[in-house]
Amino acid sequence: MSIGETIRNSQIWKSVFRHPMPLDRRNRIVVMLTNFFLHLHPVSVKKQGIALSYTWCMGGVTFFLFLVETLTGVLLMFYYRPTLEWAYKDIQDLRDVVSLGVFRELHRWGAHAMVITTWLHMYRVFLTGSYKPPREFNWVVGVILLLLTLLLSFTGYLLPWDQLAIWAITVGSNMARATPFLGHEGPGQQILHVGGIDMITNASDARFALLGARFVGEETLNRFYVLHCVAIPLAVALLLAIHFWRVRKDGGISGPL
Amino acid sequence: MHGSHADFLARIQLGLGFFYLLLAAMNWVAALLLWRDGPKPYFKLGGITVTNVFAWLIVGGLFLIVAPFAMMGSPPEFSESVKHVINELSGPVTLTVGSLVAMAFLFVFRGWWTKPPIAWLLLNFSLLAMGLAVTDANFFEIVGKPDNVPIVGLVYLLGFFTWLATYKAVINDDRMAQGLPPIEKTEDEKVLVWPDLVYTEMICMVAMTALMLVWALALQAPLEEPASSVKTPNPSKAPWYFLGLQEMLVYYDPWYAGVVLPSIVVFGLMAIPFLDFNKAGNGYYTISQRKFSYIVFQIGFFELWIVLIILGTFLRGPNWNFFGPFEYWDAHKVLAQNNVDLSQYFWGGMLGQGMPKAPAGSGPGMEFLYILWRESPGIILTLAYLVLLPPILAATVFRGFFAKMGLIRFMIMSNLLLLMISLPLKMVLRWTVNLKYIISIPEYFLNF
Ligand code: HEM
Repeated sequence: MSIGETIRNSQIWKSVFRHPMPLDRRNRIVVMLTNFFLHLHPVSVKKQGIALSYTWCMGGVTFFLFLVETLTGVLLMFYYRPTLEWAYKDIQDLRDVVSLGVFRELHRWGAHAMVITTWLHMYRVFLTGSYKPPREFNWVVGVILLLLTLLLSFTGYLLPWDQLAIWAITVGSNMARATPFLGHEGPGQQILHVGGIDMITNASDARFALLGARFVGEETLNRFYVLHCVAIPLAVALLLAIHFWRVRKDGGISGPL
Repeated sequence: MHGSHADFLARIQLGLGFFYLLLAAMNWVAALLLWRDGPKPYFKLGGITVTNVFAWLIVGGLFLIVAPFAMMGSPPEFSESVKHVINELSGPVTLTVGSLVAMAFLFVFRGWWTKPPIAWLLLNFSLLAMGLAVTDANFFEIVGKPDNVPIVGLVYLLGFFTWLATYKAVINDDRMAQGLPPIEKTEDEKVLVWPDLVYTEMICMVAMTALMLVWALALQAPLEEPASSVKTPNPSKAPWYFLGLQEMLVYYDPWYAGVVLPSIVVFGLMAIPFLDFNKAGNGYYTISQRKFSYIVFQIGFFELWIVLIILGTFLRGPNWNFFGPFEYWDAHKVLAQNNVDLSQYFWGGMLGQGMPKAPAGSGPGMEFLYILWRESPGIILTLAYLVLLPPILAATVFRGFFAKMGLIRFMIMSNLLLLMISLPLKMVLRWTVNLKYIISIPEYFLNF
């Protein structure tokens, strides 16, 4: 018996994989049903639906990039402290001191790539008309995912706390100042007046809620850190679960009727 | 900035040399693949039949000749006059109008340019143009910024996938015109996910991992000076994927460009499946069967999103002034801007009188009425555009749509369309008659 066979016949291996190697038809079916990760997929699909030239595998690549971001993000969190004192220095150290210091690169370029692949995925879904019934709802879920992807990228942009970061976020969040009704320079904000007191000021408006302060400062860093590392990823994970579930429930990848 | 031009060329010579080598290799691989399938004649040149294999061998050979020159610091370059023309041509007006014309051209002639040899030739041209352009220090400075590199990638990826999708759509449309089903329909036998899909995914993952690693090793993530709230960089730019919106700030106030417009975009995207009642074109590539939705989406995506991002990233410099791709970003460039509100045009220009103003000492209600009166031309125009135009459309060009969609869906669709069109409309008005705001009520921060 070869080593491989010994391993595959051991009780440990068999406790994990409840079937022989997927080499024949029967076991190729069983593997899809008994493996937690694989059971995301159906057992068999239409050939057309999995052609690279049809889906471009763009949804898959986007998901993969999300996983890359999660993994490299956790590694970055080992080193990074979201405070005015440390944020910039920690990023510097990640570049200069930490061995195998490509995680920041992987994380940043992965983020850019994920924005791009999400757009391409949406483009493909549009071009194949895959948002048409019965997949309308999954398209809507997708749009929210797109929005969250952009917000993930946007909140992460601040964390290195360099000039690029705070000014990009300042420019971006200045918009919130002009939110209708809720921004202190927005149209209609005068209406929210109670007993002669202006309710919407620069210390209570939409921008303040976003930044946690009147300008991009330590509160903002903390807020964006929490959004970036916890809140938005959790929301994305939940929506992805729904997204994938619906791909299956809506009859698998679209195809001509 | 980087010393002399020769110094700059020396700095990029290695990369540029490899770039041309890559182009040579790319064409030779193509020739090899074509040769394997059996060479086919392309065209005749003075009695000699040129085969496809031979043509791409030659193109590759030309790049191979260029490579050592580039490697030794004397690559081919655009002449100053060509650069000047390109600078002039890439102004916001010509860029947006030109890209619209280009899109119309690509749409009409989609049967022609999607042919693989033509598409390959176009790719070669665009890469060559890129190679010529990066020899300009100003161009390289902006395009080579680590955070801007993804946009170059995005442009090429979009080009590739647009080609692929259009190519498939053209084939399907031809087939369906002959009464055949689309290609996708002919491949509907079932296959097992293991191995067919699982292996594809596996290969995609490995390829992506390799790509990300190479990218991460080749390009260092940017880290500028530590944040300082007193040193404002000029220009201050949002992250690149929001630069289309930042570009809209030129034409609209933040409440619209930064808050309302993005909300409308998100809402509009979500509404697509519920507005597009066309049942055809579900699950295969086609253009002929869904021309309307196709054109609207392409204009929205390419013209109003991608082109504006490119404009905002590469062509907007200090003070958000426009700079040609080969122009130095001079912070002292001054452009005179004398933009006029519609109400000023109306009261001052047309009627030759002063702006209506509440008499001194009147209460807030009176002031409000006077403001409405002052801005009435713009308000009436906007209301007419959004409220009167849809019924007119429903009774004329969109009669068929209206019948199929019903009142509510039709109103939503036509308003979304009109809002989308209002973006280029406002741009054109700004360029032609220097229109600033259609409705200008700074008293309530309401400028539109
Ligand atoms: C975080 C972003 C996203 C991820 C990870 C993701 C992932 C996926 C995956 C893996 C699939 C299976 C088919 C394929 O790979 O193409 C899929 C299908 C689909 N996605 Fe997404 N997606 C994302 C965003 C979006 C967006 C932005 C939209 C549209 C606005 C969208 C709409 C759809 C639809 C309608 C399907 C079904 C397509 C079909 O059946 O042909 N998704 N998605």
